[in-house]
Amino acid sequence: MAEHGETPSQTVGPYFSMRLGGAGQNVLAEAGVPGERIRIEGTVLDGDGVHIEDALIEIWQANAGGRYRHPDDIRGEIALDDGFVGFGRAETEFATGGYWFETIKPGPVPDAEGEFQAPHINVVVQARGMLTPVFTRIYFSDEDEANRQDQVLNQVPRERRHTLVARLDEASRDPSVYRFDVVFQGGGETVFFDF
Amino acid sequence: MTDPIVTHYGPKAYDDHPPFRYPDYKSTVKRSPEMDMVHIVQTLSETSGPGPAWAEVAEEDADLTTNAGTGGEAIGERIIVTGRVLDENGEPLPGTLLEIWQANACGGYSHWRETAFPAPLDPNFLGVGQCITDEEGVYRFTTIKPGPYPWGNHPNAWRPAHIHFSLMGPAWGSRLVTQLYFQGDPLLPLDPIYNGVPAHSRERLIAAYDHDVTVENWALGWRWDIVLRGSAATPFEEDH
Ligand SMILES: [Fe+3]
Repeated sequence: MAEHGETPSQTVGPYFSMRLGGAGQNVLAEAGVPGERIRIEGTVLDGDGVHIEDALIEIWQANAGGRYRHPDDIRGEIALDDGFVGFGRAETEFATGGYWFETIKPGPVPDAEGEFQAPHINVVVQARGMLTPVFTRIYFSDEDEANRQDQVLNQVPRERRHTLVARLDEASRDPSVYRFDVVFQGGGETVFFDF
Repeated sequence: MTDPIVTHYGPKAYDDHPPFRYPDYKSTVKRSPEMDMVHIVQTLSETSGPGPAWAEVAEEDADLTTNAGTGGEAIGERIIVTGRVLDENGEPLPGTLLEIWQANACGGYSHWRETAFPAPLDPNFLGVGQCITDEEGVYRFTTIKPGPYPWGNHPNAWRPAHIHFSLMGPAWGSRLVTQLYFQGDPLLPLDPIYNGVPAHSRERLIAAYDHDVTVENWALGWRWDIVLRGSAATPFEEDH
């Protein structure tokens, strides 16, 4: 509506970590939260392939049973887990542009057709030098079969789908380590979503 | 099996927001996507979000003049910043977490990053705060009016006085980080971050002086309403 237009976005600037960063916000699951422990690591890269030293990455995910902690997710037959909200924040490291999260692998959540989506984590990236945020998703390389059926992945051009799939480090165990880079420009540009 | 509610959101008003690439703000050139976004159908992943579950604040978090915990008070022009958080349908959004960060009265940030600007820091001012909207969607902060500060975008570049605002709305798709500016600031027309917003929606970022908010012998008042993306239609109520 005209009289209630959206307030425009502005950059988080170079100092967001005063409030939005901070230790501990990138660890989503306390000990004892059910689910497979995973670690996600990556780098945020600009159009020259140079790491972005001041990006903010936020993630939102379901728990291991596939339920979101949100009033709209009324599926009472799936338990919510104490000590797990499903939200995390990481600021990229100044020297390397690297970030990491420790969490649990999310369970499947319904898609718009009532089928199950492949396990995924919702991502929003902001930074100094960005006036508007970008949204993407993290899928998992060891969920090939589910990924092939996934309604959202199937809306992405085939040759770009790989940019949404975090690669499992096969040698890693408890936590399983996945690699997910965010790339702004060039051949490997990450798919960003409009929804 | 119960189905979750999927609140349908209207399309994001990209024309009201700054573009990803705005060359007058130089850093956007390499930090913006080149390819078109991929449109996807909304699912529970996009229409849920952490806002309702994540917010947890203490009352003192909303007073930046005292929340450094030193027992001393911050130096500068004391102000009250208040307003409502609404959605595009004009509905108030209670329970919304607002997190803010800002420079002190001299334009200095209490942050480890080095800057060439020799602004003194105030040990009694952290420059961070948070609060949650009440049943009418109202938020209220007490703080110090931030000073302008220089930056390296172009020769003699100064940011207008501003407060950074982060809002966790009801859905992932309504996440918003923005900045509040002050009515009448002469630096506004010179600022590429502000000018990156299309002309028709730019003034939505400007707080207005409000004498009814001003408290006698205490602080000047500023009013600023914030509008988040709203649902496309009244959600269908189901019996369960
Ligand atoms: Fe700033």
